[in-house]
Amino acid sequence: MAAISGKLGNTNRLAYLYTAPAIIIMSLVVLYPFIYNVVISFSNMNLTHFRDWSLKGLDSYWQVITERSFWYFLFKTVLWTVVNLVFHVGLGVFLALILNKDIKGKSIYRTLLILPWAVPQYITALTWRGMFNSEYGAVNLLLERFLGLQIPWLSTEWGAFTACLITNIWLGFPFMMIVALGGLQSIPDELYEAADIDGATALQKFKNITMPLLKPVMVPAITLGVIWTFNNFNVVWLVSNGGEPSDTTHILVSWVYKAAFTYFRMGYAAAFSMIIFAILFVFGWRFIKATRAAENVYG
Amino acid sequence: MARKPRDLSLKGKWGAYMVLTAFTLFAIYPVLRVISISLRPGDRLLSKSLAVIPEGANFHSYYQLFFEQPFLHWMWNSIVISVAVTLVGVGMAATAGYAFSRYKFRGKGSFLLGIITTQMFPVTMLLLPLFIMLIYLGLYDSYLGLIVAYSATALPFTVWQMKGYYDTIPLSLEEAAMIDGAGPFFAFYRIILPLALPALAISALFSFMAAWSEYLVAAVLIQDRSLFTLPLGLKLFQSNMEVAWGLYSAGAVMVSIPVVVVFMLLSRWLISGLTLGSVKG
Repeated sequence: MAAISGKLGNTNRLAYLYTAPAIIIMSLVVLYPFIYNVVISFSNMNLTHFRDWSLKGLDSYWQVITERSFWYFLFKTVLWTVVNLVFHVGLGVFLALILNKDIKGKSIYRTLLILPWAVPQYITALTWRGMFNSEYGAVNLLLERFLGLQIPWLSTEWGAFTACLITNIWLGFPFMMIVALGGLQSIPDELYEAADIDGATALQKFKNITMPLLKPVMVPAITLGVIWTFNNFNVVWLVSNGGEPSDTTHILVSWVYKAAFTYFRMGYAAAFSMIIFAILFVFGWRFIKATRAAENVYG
Repeated sequence: MARKPRDLSLKGKWGAYMVLTAFTLFAIYPVLRVISISLRPGDRLLSKSLAVIPEGANFHSYYQLFFEQPFLHWMWNSIVISVAVTLVGVGMAATAGYAFSRYKFRGKGSFLLGIITTQMFPVTMLLLPLFIMLIYLGLYDSYLGLIVAYSATALPFTVWQMKGYYDTIPLSLEEAAMIDGAGPFFAFYRIILPLALPALAISALFSFMAAWSEYLVAAVLIQDRSLFTLPLGLKLFQSNMEVAWGLYSAGAVMVSIPVVVVFMLLSRWLISGLTLGSVKG
């Protein structure tokens, strides 16, 4: 690579010139606020101490982890992430397996099935909130007509949580479906033909050909999916209208948003953000290392 | 005679069609529902009907939206912000992506890793300090804060996407140009950049759509109603669902149509950009 760089101008100067705008803006909007956030997290800044804040060490961190709400919303966030990912990946792979067969009209089906991904996320969330309206919403109208059921979705804690889950499953499965479809299409037919000659059953073929060859494509997508879902503020916030009923429908990220911008507990919120980031960083570290490895190979 | 791997038995085909149809209905129903509500006449907004084409359907909600509500004003605000974000974002990604693809320099690895790490930040991580900083600087309630924040959020994707595309353009093109006496900047600007036009288009559309559809940052940085963007405006309708259900639905349809059409047309390339890192890893 060094030789190639040499041919394109032999100093780093040009490279720094090209990257300068991006680096400047990232420093301004990412690096500086990040450092500032670290500072605030060690302070007592809140509505009453907005300009005359002082450093208090680890007080805010201690406050976060000793509060019951942190552990409760952590539990909810993990539940939220796991259930979402199970459905996203399960539905996505299932539909991709079908779309990978030779059937007529599959491009129309594929196009319609990615519709939920194309709609802006906030519109999805606001629209589903309307559909979960207990009296006039389509969900209850359908349930009543076909099953004789009436569910008070948005006014109970777990009803609202389920409503958020359904919304997010709706908008998230197309991504996994498309990734899985891409993976499936790259598996050569000859492998299955050879397996057929050996008399393999459908289940054996899935376990021994499809799964292992799909894995390298799905693992990074699932890692990203976990990070996005863990941090998915829009759906939870907009479907539950900011945590209704009475601040129970939260995941960590929506709770910290409320603490920061509704209750203006800045020090607490900053420390809380750091803790969320630490959790995701520990989880995502392996992914980053894999990317770095790829970077070194292809760099 | 064994079947080909991608063929299905007759029974399998029926099953496949049933499953696909069921999930397609699940995928399109909320969209149909919004369209349906947007067409309801004003006096039947709170109907319990499930009909896709409502009784007495008309475009009254759309008329109200355009002529009696500040919808066009919000749209103008959103367009100004999104265009600015697109120009800034594409300019930065085009040059930075090129440097990351072609040069080896100090800090390259840490920068590329750094922008991946930002994906793990919870929204408040940067939004809270930005909010405090903008208040201190007196830039609160201005477009500038929003434009800068949006440019940075789209950047990780666009930089990686541009880098991935440049990686597929053979280096011999620049070498040939430089043997003919072109400088390194000329080789980039006149030879490589035009070839990267498809990737530039994707980056532009991604930046535009990200800014066009962003609610959360705007909700914190903008309070002045005359500066509202489309997402803030639609949320305003939605929080008053009882009276503005038709307005919200008509607005949602108008805002989504361009985005959905563009997304559908370009989904193939967007997806390859998104999965580029994954496939490599």
